[in-house]
Amino acid sequence: MKRTVKDTEDSTRQIGRRSLFVGGLFLTMGAVLTARMRYLQVERADDFRLLAEENRINIRLLPPARGLIFDRGGVLLAANEQNYRVTLVREDAGDIDAVLAELGRIVTLDMVALERARAEIDRRPPFVPVTIADRLSWAEISAIAVNAPALPGITPEVGLSRIYPMGADLAHVVGYVGPVSDYYLEQTGDTDPVLQIPDFQVGRYNVEARMERVLRGRAGTKQVEVNAGGRVMRELDRDPPNSGGDLQLTIDAGLQNYVEARLSGESAGAVVMDCESGEILALGSTPTFDPNLFVRGISTAAWNGLNNDRYRPLANKATQGLYPPGSTYKMIVALAALEAGVITPDETVFCPGHLDVGDRRFHCWSRGGHGRVNLVESISQSCDVYFYELAQRVGIEAMSAMAKRLGCGVRHNLPLSGIAEGLAPTMQWKAQQRGAAWVVGDSLNASIGQGFVLSSPLHLAVMTARLATGRDIVPTLIRSIDGINQLPGPAADLGINAGHLQLVQRGMWQVNNDRRGTAYASRVEVADYAIAGKTGTSQVRNITAAERASGVISNADLPWERRDHALYVGYAPYDNPRYACSVIVEHGGGGSAVAAPIARDILLRAQLGEVPPASLYPANQRPDIERMHRELPILRTPPAPTGRTVRSQA
Amino acid sequence: MSFLEYNVKFTPTGWRKILYLNWPLIVLLIAVAGVGFLMLTSVAGGRISRWAEPQMERFALGFVLMLIVAMVPIWFWRNVSALAFGLSVLLLLFVEFFGAVGMGAQRWIDLGFMRLQPSELTKITLVMVLAAYYDWLDVTKKSHPLYVLIPLLVIALPVALTLRQPDLGTALLLLIGGGAVMFLAGVHWAYFAGVIALGVGAVFAVFTSRGTGWQLLQDYQYRRIDTFLNPSNDPLGAGYHITQSQIALGSGGWTGRGFMEGTQSRLNFLPEKHTDFIFTTLAEEFGFVGASSLLVLYLLILVFCIVIALSTRDRFAALLVMGIAVAFFLYFAVNMAMVMGLAPVVGVPLPLVSYGGSAMLVLMIAFGLVQSAHIHRPR
Repeated sequence: MKRTVKDTEDSTRQIGRRSLFVGGLFLTMGAVLTARMRYLQVERADDFRLLAEENRINIRLLPPARGLIFDRGGVLLAANEQNYRVTLVREDAGDIDAVLAELGRIVTLDMVALERARAEIDRRPPFVPVTIADRLSWAEISAIAVNAPALPGITPEVGLSRIYPMGADLAHVVGYVGPVSDYYLEQTGDTDPVLQIPDFQVGRYNVEARMERVLRGRAGTKQVEVNAGGRVMRELDRDPPNSGGDLQLTIDAGLQNYVEARLSGESAGAVVMDCESGEILALGSTPTFDPNLFVRGISTAAWNGLNNDRYRPLANKATQGLYPPGSTYKMIVALAALEAGVITPDETVFCPGHLDVGDRRFHCWSRGGHGRVNLVESISQSCDVYFYELAQRVGIEAMSAMAKRLGCGVRHNLPLSGIAEGLAPTMQWKAQQRGAAWVVGDSLNASIGQGFVLSSPLHLAVMTARLATGRDIVPTLIRSIDGINQLPGPAADLGINAGHLQLVQRGMWQVNNDRRGTAYASRVEVADYAIAGKTGTSQVRNITAAERASGVISNADLPWERRDHALYVGYAPYDNPRYACSVIVEHGGGGSAVAAPIARDILLRAQLGEVPPASLYPANQRPDIERMHRELPILRTPPAPTGRTVRSQA
Repeated sequence: MSFLEYNVKFTPTGWRKILYLNWPLIVLLIAVAGVGFLMLTSVAGGRISRWAEPQMERFALGFVLMLIVAMVPIWFWRNVSALAFGLSVLLLLFVEFFGAVGMGAQRWIDLGFMRLQPSELTKITLVMVLAAYYDWLDVTKKSHPLYVLIPLLVIALPVALTLRQPDLGTALLLLIGGGAVMFLAGVHWAYFAGVIALGVGAVFAVFTSRGTGWQLLQDYQYRRIDTFLNPSNDPLGAGYHITQSQIALGSGGWTGRGFMEGTQSRLNFLPEKHTDFIFTTLAEEFGFVGASSLLVLYLLILVFCIVIALSTRDRFAALLVMGIAVAFFLYFAVNMAMVMGLAPVVGVPLPLVSYGGSAMLVLMIAFGLVQSAHIHRPR
């Protein structure tokens, strides 16, 4: 191999040239890397700093304690209960099977929940606590705490869950809370971050739902530093949650308990109001249900049971139920006629038991007729023919206007789910809704609370309170929020002639206290507690001419759902009205036989503040009343005010 | 003709060689390794014993090896180049067959105190053998097709073996490193233009073959390419590493968050934070100033290598030093480009900084060769 010096030197120089070229490439790449570094670290530094902070800082929400709900006397109606549960942290537990087996020896574990927990343990990172058992008793949680050394990774924890101490009594007033569903978010458009807390519960029914804004409170936050695996390294900052506001309702828990008990066994609704302030003292609807079931998550079987019951326990009959008010509507017609001046108190109408209008015959409930009756007698004896006559004189428009003035056929604003508007029909209404002209027969039907007229027990209670006081009583359910009074001031006068009102009130007094009154059997023997009222029996079927000829079938012989509704409205004491009450028993039969005795018991209970003694009742009824009260499923000791309980949690 | 007169007699001998070492280069190497010790301490949360201490021990061992290699005359290394290359190919074959069968597809050989990756060793021995080849080759024949084919086959052998592992990153580094030596030796530029054209065609073929029966790369390699091209597509999956490392880099800003104050690395958001991604921790904690300083140190090392290469008239020495410079450059440039999102994620450590034995020892031996070339240069 020959090598010349020239070749070697040329080659060395070429290597040198190419080395410098490669060196240039090095510097170029170095410049590119520096430029990229500058771009990332200088120009976009703020963006990336932010991203790094977002990586690092995790904001955890702290649930607020839900506001409490009390009755007017301070009895707890909705509270937050300490809910003991145990959680397991996989990485601390070691042998999960052994730990769970040991735990199973101490407390009874729900197998279904356990399977779900196991799946959760496998899915989550090893340091995340997973709930193994929920709603443990104090004894159970103590046993677990004592055995802690044998249960690595198991931690007893305490949370808050809603409890309704009065149970089923107030399901139709207080309502219940439930989990946040997609449907809920869609319906309410609620974007409160607190809803993202796992297991957070929101009001789903009645006061719990409608007063959600007050009761919920505001979520707190906790800023924690987390690592890439999501493990919390340390807490950086904390903003404690604000508890929800406490509500005091106008409800009297003792009276409510009595009302629910007295109505039990029937499909019925009742409302008790303070005549002066409009405060609703009791709002009964039977059968009812235990709202605590919904808090824990109701089973399908229990839900189907409630949903398919023909007595409809889930419906609030006192506010949602609409019924033909029957004869309880007659005070409206009487007042409308008196105010219109189409009848005088002394004018009498002859009742032969029916009235022919055109080619139709309208019957009175009394087949033989009442003979000549004036206004007071027509109310006390509930003469239908008298009111047919008034309806023809005064017309439907005046009747419906008076109904609305007295609170029927209007929507009352209460914080409950579903308040029925009712119906006080007008000619325009019929033309629009039915596409037919108003005929005089419609007015006649309306005058005895049949036909198109529809009212709920709430409407009738408001009507009764307004009749008793002559003032524009507005029903109300919230007494105070966080101790701040929410009651409206004294109600304005309705502007109805006092003399006319007294006539109607006299008629109502006679209903219970005149020998010929339809509710004479339901009188009170002591004048201080005397009741004035009105019975009503509303048909849910048409009585055909053929049936009438062969004798109207008695209610007892009809299937339940075709029997008449029994109604009663009343107030007490007559001299100085304090309490107004309405009762409706669905398909109960006659108002005087079924509804009036219930209303008398309720009004006496309201006036006395305790179970009424038999001495207030007519002598011949006392043994039955005593037995009834002995067997009544009421709380023997009235619920005691409990004041505030747990308010906040960590 | 030159001021550099060839004079072997002037070459230092014995212990005097130590005085003729390129001391600035040694200072630079110690400085870079020092950065590594600092960062390894930081990512271990302040504990020196976890990563920094073993790294120091390896650096000390590597330093001794470097001195030993430097003492041996460069012509000895030229004479054993072919042997060294043959040995490293044998080791590659060993891990290819025995590693795969007996040890579960591992790429290293356990030497007891460290794990040796033959592919790392090959990066240097390939450069050695090519430098020796061009030293031997008649300069007039260097662009002759036959004499171009021979080095190509020499390069193809370890590239094929590392591709089989499969280790695409190392294979590419070997290919580029070998090609660089050929370029430096003066092979006609037309060959390189052809190769670049072929490379573009190959990239095109790789992408078009995806999903067909003749798919050229493994699925995971395709996914890496996808992730590189668009990391935000899948920020919690395959793009996680790139996204998080860019966040770490970017959040450093001008001067960084301070030693051991980098939240991204401290809270484990960074992958492989003590090995391939250690540069992100440096950038996060010391900012643009710290990161660019390391880059400057690396570039200075290259400058010294180029100066040494230019100042020797020994073709083997010049090609060897430049080949080593290219290999060293590829290490840090690919690693930095990778963590900054300019290159796909391939397993390339940051030289002398990342935790790891093979790369450290091999690089120190390589710098021993550079020193030897410097000491024994014809003057």
